[in-house]
Amino acid sequence: MNKPDDAEVLVKIRGLSFSHGSRVILDNVDMDMQRGHVTTIMGPSGTGKTTLLRLIGGQLRPKAGRVEVDGKNVPDLNHDELYELRKRMGMMFQTGALFTDLSVFENVAFPLREHTRLPEALIRDLVLIKLEAVGLRGARTLMPAELSGGMARRVALARAVALDPMMIMYDEPFTGQDPITVGVIMQLIRRLNDLLGLSSIIVSHDVAEVSAISDRLYMISNGQVVAKGAPNELRESSSEWAQQFLNGRPDGPVRFHYPAEPFEKDLMSAA
Amino acid sequence: MIDWLQKLGRGGLSFFERLGRGNLFLFHSLMGIPAVLVKPGLMIAQLYSVGVLSVQIIAISGVTVGMVLGLQMFNTLTDFGAEESLGPVVALALVRELGPVLSALLFSGRAGSALTAEIGLMKATEQLSGMEMMAVDPIKRVVAPRFLAGLLSMPLLAAIFSAIGILGSYFVGVGLLGVDSGAFWSQMQAKVDLYEDIYNGMIKSVVFGFVATWIAVFEGYDSVPTTEGVSRATTRTVVHTAFAVLGLDFVLTALMFGDD
Ligand SMILES: Nc1ncnc2c1ncn2[C@@H]1O[C@H](COP(=O)(O)OP(=O)(O)OP(=O)(O)O)[C@@H](O)[C@H]1O
Ligand SMILES: [Mg+2]
Repeated sequence: MNKPDDAEVLVKIRGLSFSHGSRVILDNVDMDMQRGHVTTIMGPSGTGKTTLLRLIGGQLRPKAGRVEVDGKNVPDLNHDELYELRKRMGMMFQTGALFTDLSVFENVAFPLREHTRLPEALIRDLVLIKLEAVGLRGARTLMPAELSGGMARRVALARAVALDPMMIMYDEPFTGQDPITVGVIMQLIRRLNDLLGLSSIIVSHDVAEVSAISDRLYMISNGQVVAKGAPNELRESSSEWAQQFLNGRPDGPVRFHYPAEPFEKDLMSAA
Repeated sequence: MIDWLQKLGRGGLSFFERLGRGNLFLFHSLMGIPAVLVKPGLMIAQLYSVGVLSVQIIAISGVTVGMVLGLQMFNTLTDFGAEESLGPVVALALVRELGPVLSALLFSGRAGSALTAEIGLMKATEQLSGMEMMAVDPIKRVVAPRFLAGLLSMPLLAAIFSAIGILGSYFVGVGLLGVDSGAFWSQMQAKVDLYEDIYNGMIKSVVFGFVATWIAVFEGYDSVPTTEGVSRATTRTVVHTAFAVLGLDFVLTALMFGDD
């Protein structure tokens, strides 16, 4: 693997550690996310993928290490610098995080209204373009409570790209979508990335789908990067982690269970 | 013993930590107020839900309290043949004490709890995080307009409470019990002082409004982002506001009216 040189790297993570109380979530993680790439982060549920995105977005502070975005170390930024940087980052939350008191249209218009002084007619056009892209132009007057989980996520996606940021982070964009929508969203992510010259970070479990549009994959487990590389490299690699995850086998280095004492002991101790 | 000391220490630490967070939060919210004044649309919407929607309960409580006060005072005052003093007695009680205190307590039950629950649920559903990631500061966008709306509403609500209370006691005293209407108003005019009574009452309601709204928005913002956490925070808002208002009332009364 050739090492990308510094100017090409948009997000550079070095020695990143993070813990919740005494529980170590990330332990000395290094990653490089290149400009113009779609980088995917995979890993079992609860390993800290969402946490990683929040660290990149500056919502959590690392215990140690650097998270550089566009040359700036995020934990070092002050409030105003961080907010300036976030204007150029989009994030689609795992739960959607739509504003429940605003309609679908107003949700997508929100970042435009907050950060630009565009005339109303232009805002309308921009919002409709984004909603059309996720197939929900007809749902613009609905309130978030009237959407299904999958629809809410698509609105969140439209909102994340509303300001045409330099990078977008998608937390589980495909979960809860039917196969047709998965295909459409996948193509959308890739097209947006290439046409607008963005960089994208996807967190996803949908191995087959996501490896088709990714330039680079990282697998994390137990707080560490256990495998990385281009999708085809990983598929051919001998890494047990990669094999287990790509093939969805229950046994292997990734444990399905949250750490616990032996099951027999737990059962017996109740008696 | 050591256990007990440890517990005390931990409790003390977390109390002071929370107090510090509360003060930082207050500072941050106050910094957001100029932006709200430039774009008052958000605050006006909040003035409606925090202020206008509280008018009903304030008015109903005001008239009831005024009527009861009129009735009770009348019974006592007639023993001394001083029933024309009903006007000033009721007015002073309302303007100095009952108006600011009761409307602050009602305000926290009606509007404060709603503010806490709303902000807490926005936190629990990641709406506040989402806003942060869109580079919109939730303290400026969500908290500051609500804070300012509470601050402006409280003195007005207290004034409505007192005015309607006086009308209630007028209805009972003059209308039903036969106190002379002219005496009721002229005595009130003569005895109630603009500075000493009305301004001081207003100062109280401004202070209570500040404290009640601060507690409400802070509890929401600082709540544990779960269903249970939000419900606890809502309860805390009402309880802490009651303690704070009653305690401050004593202090303010001693400062304002103590030396005469
Ligand atoms: N506030 C918190 N306090 C303590 N532990 C937490 C907290 N938030 C998350 N965790 C723990 O951090 C770990 C990582 O959480 P995270 O949400 O990043 O997982 P994830 O990789 O995104 O999982 P999923 O794929 O299920 O979304 C989890 O095991 C969780 O138990
Ligand atoms: Mg997650």
